[in-house]
Amino acid sequence: MITTTHYLILSLVLFTLGVIGMAVRRNFITVLMCVELILNAANINLIAFSRQFGDLTGQVFAVFVITIAAAEAAIGLGIIVALVRLKQTTNLDQVNVMEG
Amino acid sequence: MSWLLVHFPQIVFYALAAVAVAGAVGVIAFRNPVHAALSLLGTFLAVAGLFVLMEAEFLAAVQILVYAGGVMVLFLFVIMLVKARTLPDEPQYLGRLAPAAVGLGVLLAVLVGVGVWGAAHGAPGDPAALRQVQGATLGNTEAVGWSLYRDYLLPFEVVSIVLLVAMIGAIVMGRKESPKEGGA
Repeated sequence: MITTTHYLILSLVLFTLGVIGMAVRRNFITVLMCVELILNAANINLIAFSRQFGDLTGQVFAVFVITIAAAEAAIGLGIIVALVRLKQTTNLDQVNVMEG
Repeated sequence: MSWLLVHFPQIVFYALAAVAVAGAVGVIAFRNPVHAALSLLGTFLAVAGLFVLMEAEFLAAVQILVYAGGVMVLFLFVIMLVKARTLPDEPQYLGRLAPAAVGLGVLLAVLVGVGVWGAAHGAPGDPAALRQVQGATLGNTEAVGWSLYRDYLLPFEVVSIVLLVAMIGAIVMGRKESPKEGGA
């Protein structure tokens, strides 16, 4: 029997890997991929609880999360294109144009 | 053979979970962004399989269409566009942020513990209720559609405006600095 707890632990592992990736990788594109991992972990949680409580709200909010993830990817990749045009790099440590 | 049939959901769950976790490890382990993106694709597809296992077929289809189809193509396109594979990617250690990272980790563990405890002790609902709309039994897509357009119509419209703003923002950021100088 696969319970909600199984899904929560899988979601925790994916979320943690996403956060670790955001902390240790300095490539902007990889960091954006880690954000997608985190949003996927959130979706697994939403749908697991939707199944447990027999409530469709979780699935509807997962649709919203996917929409926001798509918007975030479009904006983030647009920023990358602008950044490469400006600094010829996607390394986050070299991006300090807004530092005072 | 009967053992296989009885334990089929468990086998599928553990196989898909292993693929999802392996893909996630690949995302942060591969140095080449193209390999990381393809690894992420494996995670997306495995998560879509898990959605099917949780009887959320509509979201599994959306996951494949939007993530595997749209977002992944966007990622690969930008990786090719900016030639990110030639750029260095040095790991950066947390340094003086380490205490904050440990504190946040402990907080996260507590929150997850509460969530897992709640899931194990909460009153389970009836999964069949997921398909009941106004007394009729529907498919998952139809039920999600009813909920989306009847109970969550305003958030749905707001999120469409978010998408529109994101689209305009991506266009503005993607074009050249100034039409006069760049000649775009």
